[in-house]
Amino acid sequence: MAFPAPRPEGPQLPQVLLRTVDCLQGPVRAVRFNVDGNYFLSCGADKSLKLWSVNRGTLLKTYSGHGYEVLDADSSFDNSQLCSCSSDKSVILWDVASGQVTRKLRGHAGKVNCVQFNEEATVVLSGSIDGSVRCWDTRSRRQEPIQILDDARDSISSLKVAQHELLTGCVDGRLRRYDLRMGQLHVDFISSPITCVCFSADGQCTLSSSLDSTLRLLDKSTGELLGEYKGHQMKGYKLDCCLSSKDTHVLSCSEDGHVYCWDLVEGSLALKLPVGKAVVQSMSFHPSQCRLLTAMERHVQLWANESESTEESMNTDT
Amino acid sequence: MAADSNNEKDDFVSYGTALEPLEEDEPLKKPVPIYEQTVRDEKGRYQRFHGAFTGGFSAGYFNTVGSKEGWTPSTFKSSRQSKAEQQQARPEDFMDEEDFGEHGIAPREITRSAEFQSGHRDLATEKARAVNAQSSLIPGDTLLEDIIAPAQSSIGVELLKKMGWREGQGVGPRVKRKPKKQKTGEGVGVYGCALPPSGSEGSDEENDDEFAPENVTFAPKDVTPVDFTPRLGLQGLGYRGLDPGLALGQASEHINLFDPQFDSKGKLFGGKQKQSRRRGVVGQGFGVGALEDEDEDIYHRDSMSKYDTEIKDEEPTDGLFGWTAPQEYTKKKDSNKDASYIGKILEGFTLAQKSEALKTIFPPPRLPRDYRPVRRFNPGTFVSHVTGVSPALAQALKTSRGHMDKDEPQTGRHQLDSGQRRVLIGEEALQGPSSVLDLLKPADRERLKHIRKSKSSLQTQPTKDSNSQSALRPSPFPPTSSSKPAPNVTPQPSISQEQQQEALSAWKGQTTTQTFKPFEKNLEKQERYEQYLNRLRQGDKDALEHSLDPQMTEWERSREREEFVRASILYRPSSSFLSSRFTRGKQQDDDDTVEVNRDEEGDLDDKQAAVKMKMFGKLTRETFEWHPDKLLCKRFNVPDPYPGSSLVGLPKVKRDKFSVFNFLTVPESRETSVPPPKAPEVKKSRWDVSQEMKDSDALSEMLSAARDQSSEIGPDQTGTMDQTRTKDQTRTDTPALPAPDSKDQQSDIRTETKETLNKDSKEDSSDSDSDSDSDSETEETRPPMDVFKAIFSSSSEEKSSSESEEEKEEQKKEQKEEQGHVTHILFNINTAVTTTTLSVTTTSSVAMATAATSTKQNTAPSTSQTEEQEWFGPKLPPPSFALKSSSRDLRARSPSPSSDEKHRKSKDKKHKNKKDHKHKKEKKKKKHKKHKHKGKQKKKREESSSDSDTETEHTTSDVSTEELLRRLKTVRAQCPL
Repeated sequence: MAFPAPRPEGPQLPQVLLRTVDCLQGPVRAVRFNVDGNYFLSCGADKSLKLWSVNRGTLLKTYSGHGYEVLDADSSFDNSQLCSCSSDKSVILWDVASGQVTRKLRGHAGKVNCVQFNEEATVVLSGSIDGSVRCWDTRSRRQEPIQILDDARDSISSLKVAQHELLTGCVDGRLRRYDLRMGQLHVDFISSPITCVCFSADGQCTLSSSLDSTLRLLDKSTGELLGEYKGHQMKGYKLDCCLSSKDTHVLSCSEDGHVYCWDLVEGSLALKLPVGKAVVQSMSFHPSQCRLLTAMERHVQLWANESESTEESMNTDT
Repeated sequence: MAADSNNEKDDFVSYGTALEPLEEDEPLKKPVPIYEQTVRDEKGRYQRFHGAFTGGFSAGYFNTVGSKEGWTPSTFKSSRQSKAEQQQARPEDFMDEEDFGEHGIAPREITRSAEFQSGHRDLATEKARAVNAQSSLIPGDTLLEDIIAPAQSSIGVELLKKMGWREGQGVGPRVKRKPKKQKTGEGVGVYGCALPPSGSEGSDEENDDEFAPENVTFAPKDVTPVDFTPRLGLQGLGYRGLDPGLALGQASEHINLFDPQFDSKGKLFGGKQKQSRRRGVVGQGFGVGALEDEDEDIYHRDSMSKYDTEIKDEEPTDGLFGWTAPQEYTKKKDSNKDASYIGKILEGFTLAQKSEALKTIFPPPRLPRDYRPVRRFNPGTFVSHVTGVSPALAQALKTSRGHMDKDEPQTGRHQLDSGQRRVLIGEEALQGPSSVLDLLKPADRERLKHIRKSKSSLQTQPTKDSNSQSALRPSPFPPTSSSKPAPNVTPQPSISQEQQQEALSAWKGQTTTQTFKPFEKNLEKQERYEQYLNRLRQGDKDALEHSLDPQMTEWERSREREEFVRASILYRPSSSFLSSRFTRGKQQDDDDTVEVNRDEEGDLDDKQAAVKMKMFGKLTRETFEWHPDKLLCKRFNVPDPYPGSSLVGLPKVKRDKFSVFNFLTVPESRETSVPPPKAPEVKKSRWDVSQEMKDSDALSEMLSAARDQSSEIGPDQTGTMDQTRTKDQTRTDTPALPAPDSKDQQSDIRTETKETLNKDSKEDSSDSDSDSDSDSETEETRPPMDVFKAIFSSSSEEKSSSESEEEKEEQKKEQKEEQGHVTHILFNINTAVTTTTLSVTTTSSVAMATAATSTKQNTAPSTSQTEEQEWFGPKLPPPSFALKSSSRDLRARSPSPSSDEKHRKSKDKKHKNKKDHKHKKEKKKKKHKKHKHKGKQKKKREESSSDSDTETEHTTSDVSTEELLRRLKTVRAQCPL
């Protein structure tokens, strides 16, 4: 340490490991904050979905009912419902409190990669390996989806919903944005299979990570390239990427066991967070604070910008 | 009566009580339980059914008899005052009231008494019969009488008969003066609504003047009331519509007696020469045609003469009973005919009442003036004459046909060939060449003909048959199959000549250079073959002889000759032929259409190029009209963007299902939608990218690469401490951010445009091999490997690539020159190696060429294997990672612990390219190269580990083979001992 590291003043990066949680559910396929960031969900390969408290790191509830590994989950805005998708081709709607299956939505022809509530949790959107996005109605008991978006030519790897827009990333290398208000479908060609897509918090940009180990920040309205982030390793696995809560940084999982963090504007690597030795499978950025959840194998790590003394003493099992 | 039947619909009779109309939302009535299902009689007493099949029910009151008290037997009481009468018990005494009802066993109803019943038997005859029966053959039997019962006649008829009425007479007071027509006519009375016989009235009229005695009265005529047909139309009284007989100008012998203008005589006498003035459609309301000059008789004129002008007392016997109607209907037309006929009627003959129908005789069709009644029997000439079929085909047809069915030409449709059938149907001839012979040059055709003629003449000499006019004996094989050796007919060499001809015809004028390379393994042979093909294209007839190696032995040459010809025929360019031979189907079935997105995606290649140039935006963005479901909009709290449309999703259009274009797009997109995995990135950020693109000289390139390495290795080795350092470094880069950014982009674009320009210029000169090559080249440039970057400067890279193209056309010598040329550059061995390997492989085929060029760089995109793997996109990480490098080593050595094939595959993907190399190329060279890299350059730890991994693989495999050999040797050595 010859010279002190110049730390960015304004936005700070989560680089302090607050705790590690052993989820005890096989490899954690996805980890997701809930809406307010007080809880998180971990999707395990052992067919279970678990709800945790972020602050205490304790298990609150286990949701079991899937027939195969859970691949993604999301929580509704009012924390009353959860949805999860699995390799068993089904999407399940959970009641948070009781842990019961509210609805089991079948219809996908293959494993379901990603699932998302819309803003009011009236629709569950799920993207599957069969190349379709299905919009399930949570308000009615209808078994059929409201609409099937089968424009993709390959597996849907990621999907995000913002207000009236639906963003899907597809393995055919295309970023599709369905604008419900305008009734338009915008297709951006990325050429490399897309693993994860994100909206920026201001809703003006889309971030997409693809298997050419590149993250691209595209202008939502025009599709122009605003930034390109490289250096990490993403060649074979479906890994997550995200933006920090204030759109200051771009984060991506990497196959080399790190989380890479770039400055959004400058495109320079701001942080290379060593998480472990295996692949960082999934991560989730806190909706408001500077906190990051990463999932590696069966552990979920919580990172913050500084060690919080108040919660330091909580028991963490490694 | 008829009117009644028409009105029947209105006053229908309904039986029973109508069901109450069902109301929709009325709750279903509960079914009445069985114990409540009771039946009561009219007095309210319950009835219990005793047998389902007998339908019987209990008598009395609750199974008792009669009353509540039950059945009480009648008592016999007799006293002095009232003597008990002898009571005769009748069956009715033991019956219930129900039995006397309508459906009872003894129904009581008002009926006709027996004597009023028709055919009643009087007792006297009964008795007489009974007596007769006793004396009959079988005593006491009246069987015959029972069987033969007299026809029953109703009482009314009998009453009438008693009043003096006879059957066949009419009912009513007897009339004077008129004899009953039935006397002259048929004697059968008609009941019901039979029409009066037609001849009766006429006979009435005839007998009008006959003598009738005064004191004789006649029974009235038995007539049925006039059946007046109701008016159906809206026309006025007296309207008569179009008379089809008149309209057709046929034998309508309606003679208008009362029309003064009508000259019946003229009609009857000179009927033929005085044709009726108007022909065609005649009738009321029909106007006069444009061709007719008189328009007088358009409208029906009702002349007064048709009506009666004075009130005569009409005989009531005319069947109309006082009805007055236009005379037309009442007057007899035919009776006047005799009068108008002036000619003498032969004795014993009367004039026909109905004229016989005119027989129309159609004249035979007129022959065309230039018609010659000559039958042509030669089908060949017939075909060629009618449709401009090629003379060659005609000739072929003639030869093949003249032999076959000379005697019975064109007996059935199965004897017709396609051309004749086409003529019969009236189809057009196909556009393409109708025969293989057409594809030949005329000279060749002539020669072919000669050959065949000579051959056939040779053969047909001994058996000279009758068809002398067709000297050509039809060859047993059609011309097209001449490539097949005809075993009995032709010797071997001449066949090859024919084949040569065919090959020549196939290849002549072809400009396509993409050919299959059948002799890849033998380069010289392939060269000779291509030479041969080239000559064929130019139309050289002796192509084969010229292109063979004169130094070879005769046997070798002949064999090669055969091979070449076969290959050239086998792999002939087919597209042009096929396209010209087939026509598109004209009618489309609805089933054959498929829904296709209306808005097609743009060209993928353009987009790919744009992505490579990082020109995101307009080039890569496409916007479609998309219709969200209404419910989805509602759920999203968004107004429906297309309120009127019921469409959901992308707008679709119907397309031909089997359209070529449907198939063209899909596989292309599939292919390209799976982009090859790219080389490992060395760059830390895009500033580094800009640097390496900017730097033109190899040295600075090297430096930058080295700097990258050093900066990148840091954090891996020393963890967080170095992490800050890297950050530091990037920070130092960032101040120069805005300027290099733009510069970087520009330079990017510039290099790309330069390349595309280059490409264009190249494509002009070189053939199609080159553009596939240049494609792969553009792929290469995208993430320049550290290896490659260090070896070539950007300029030399292009040079080498262009050279590599030329190499394919030029010979190996040039490569050697180039080797010498490049030697001064760093790592010349590598380049030499790669180029030589290139030249070896690329000359073979296009596909191979691309593969080779792609494998030129050690981490360049791979082939079909990766496509299969990436079909379902990115994988999930394996369940457990051990220490990364060690786990990889483990996986490389042994089948993966996670035994899941998919996982293993995805893991191996990183090394895949190297493995491809290993498979395709010589291991040693590869290894050599890697050693060099390793020694010279520091790579990322990741890379190096994988490298070492593959190397250990190599070495282990090598060792193992060596080991094996050694062991073998020792075993052999030991064996004798």
